[in-house]
Amino acid sequence: MTDAKVDERESAWLSSRSERWRAIAEQLPSLQDNQSIPIEQVRQALGSYPEMARDLAIARGIGVGSRLTTHLEYLYAGLHRAIFKSPKAGWATFKELCRRDIPAAAFELRWHILSTSIGFLLAGLAGFWLVKTYPELVLLVVSESMIDTVREGRLWTDGLLNIMPSSLLSLQIFANNIVVALTAMSLGVLYGLGTIYILGLNGLMIGGVFAFTAQYGMAGRLFEFVAAHGFVELSIIAIAAAVGFSIGESLARPGRLSRRQAFQQASQRGARLMVLCVIFLVGAGVIEGYVSPDPSFDLTTRLIIGVGYWVLMVWALLGWPIPRSSKPAVET
Amino acid sequence: MTTNEQLHVGSATGVDLKLDIAGPGARSYAFVIDWHIRVLFALAWILAAQWVYVGSIRWIGWESDGFASYILVVWVPAVAIYALYHPLLEVLMHGRTPGKRMAGVRIVDEYAQEPSVVAILIRNVLRLLDSLPIGYVVGLSATVMTRQSVRIGDMAAGTLLVFDAGHGLADGKSLQLNTQSTSRYGLDKVELAQDLIERWGTLESSKRCDIARRLIHSVGDSVEPASGDMALRAQLALLFSPQEQETSRD
Repeated sequence: MTDAKVDERESAWLSSRSERWRAIAEQLPSLQDNQSIPIEQVRQALGSYPEMARDLAIARGIGVGSRLTTHLEYLYAGLHRAIFKSPKAGWATFKELCRRDIPAAAFELRWHILSTSIGFLLAGLAGFWLVKTYPELVLLVVSESMIDTVREGRLWTDGLLNIMPSSLLSLQIFANNIVVALTAMSLGVLYGLGTIYILGLNGLMIGGVFAFTAQYGMAGRLFEFVAAHGFVELSIIAIAAAVGFSIGESLARPGRLSRRQAFQQASQRGARLMVLCVIFLVGAGVIEGYVSPDPSFDLTTRLIIGVGYWVLMVWALLGWPIPRSSKPAVET
Repeated sequence: MTTNEQLHVGSATGVDLKLDIAGPGARSYAFVIDWHIRVLFALAWILAAQWVYVGSIRWIGWESDGFASYILVVWVPAVAIYALYHPLLEVLMHGRTPGKRMAGVRIVDEYAQEPSVVAILIRNVLRLLDSLPIGYVVGLSATVMTRQSVRIGDMAAGTLLVFDAGHGLADGKSLQLNTQSTSRYGLDKVELAQDLIERWGTLESSKRCDIARRLIHSVGDSVEPASGDMALRAQLALLFSPQEQETSRD
């Protein structure tokens, strides 16, 4: 075929298709951005998709102008995205996350959570033993001003509300805790070593602080302070570390998957758990800001709040199971 | 499946999608724009809230009455604007932000689809790691070293940045196919002329006039190139650009 004939056929094809491409381009923004689209428009889009595939294949095949091919690629990709996009994340997706995804992730990570909880406990005991045996090491875990306060017979948490109002205290605490939890998770990328560091450091600090306050007979008062918020907060550190470890493990031992696939899988599973952790950390921050520093709450009340909140968290990790009466199904 | 610079996604039609992957340059460009936007918005909030709440630019000391509400009204929203800018906008704008839109890129998953909310959260949480030790050194190094130019957050979320809108052909209006011009001069020449008109301001005067004259010469002996920079551009537009032809006809 001569060049002139090819050009002629190309021009004829362009002339016959250009109006259609323009129409598709005009429809594309509403197809991509709108949540609800009239059924007629959906039908048109479904019809346009194979048309665009064909046009694009022709354009690629005959190597027509690069701008035109690029434009057709854009239209085709836009239609593809609009047609195959997932249903929008809404309340139903959130419910699905709470009822199915989070419990599934928690179940898959149960051994990791158990291991990090034991590791955290051991780090705490090690911190306690170290400061008890070598009291001068307390400088590694608390500041000098805190040491002076305890030596004066007071806890640094006493009169906390005189320094800062509860609202600000809560905000500061939960923001800090969220950053710590997310850091513990993120540092799992370093084959879990970063997570070990965060977990170990926090465990040593808590154990060390308890040992130090015990030397001055104030460990009970410190426990009283942490009783309302501590169970959930410390559990979440262990959960975040478990997520971090699973991420580290996915890189070290990817199994049958590639490292990248294993990393993605571990991160996405862990992220679901972290959504719950962040929500509970906000609550723990509010408790720590409003309940823990308030001397009007006695130990029993604090324990009820602390243990109750922890049970609520465990219940959420299990997917809010509600025992249902086993009524026989009514046949219709 | 991916090649070096393109994301290939299989389709039921048998025609693969081919999307150009954004490299470190486009990513950094988008990030810098976004960074400036969020900093400016956060600062604007602080100044506006400060002016409304305090009545001046003077900070309130922490020992003063009303310090808590001052922090909650003035500072907390500003920090929230800065910290939540990326995750919120990426969800609301379907994988884009103003900076990404300006850089012509968007976030997609490995199937070229809009990423899920969880994926967007993951890629943003891992900014903690990508931003280490300072100035996103870890993230930037990762984009330079990885085949798909992704940072660690993207690897974890299974996302990547691709060029959207065909490098500037953002909408249907951008492709002005004048079938009359194309059939008369051929698509290649029409596209070349459109490119030249679009880039007119960025080219040296002598170069653009030279290309324009040669292009006008090539379409036929009957057309004599005009003299002068602007006259040449107008002639080029009249010959090849449908929009300007229609405008001039009107």
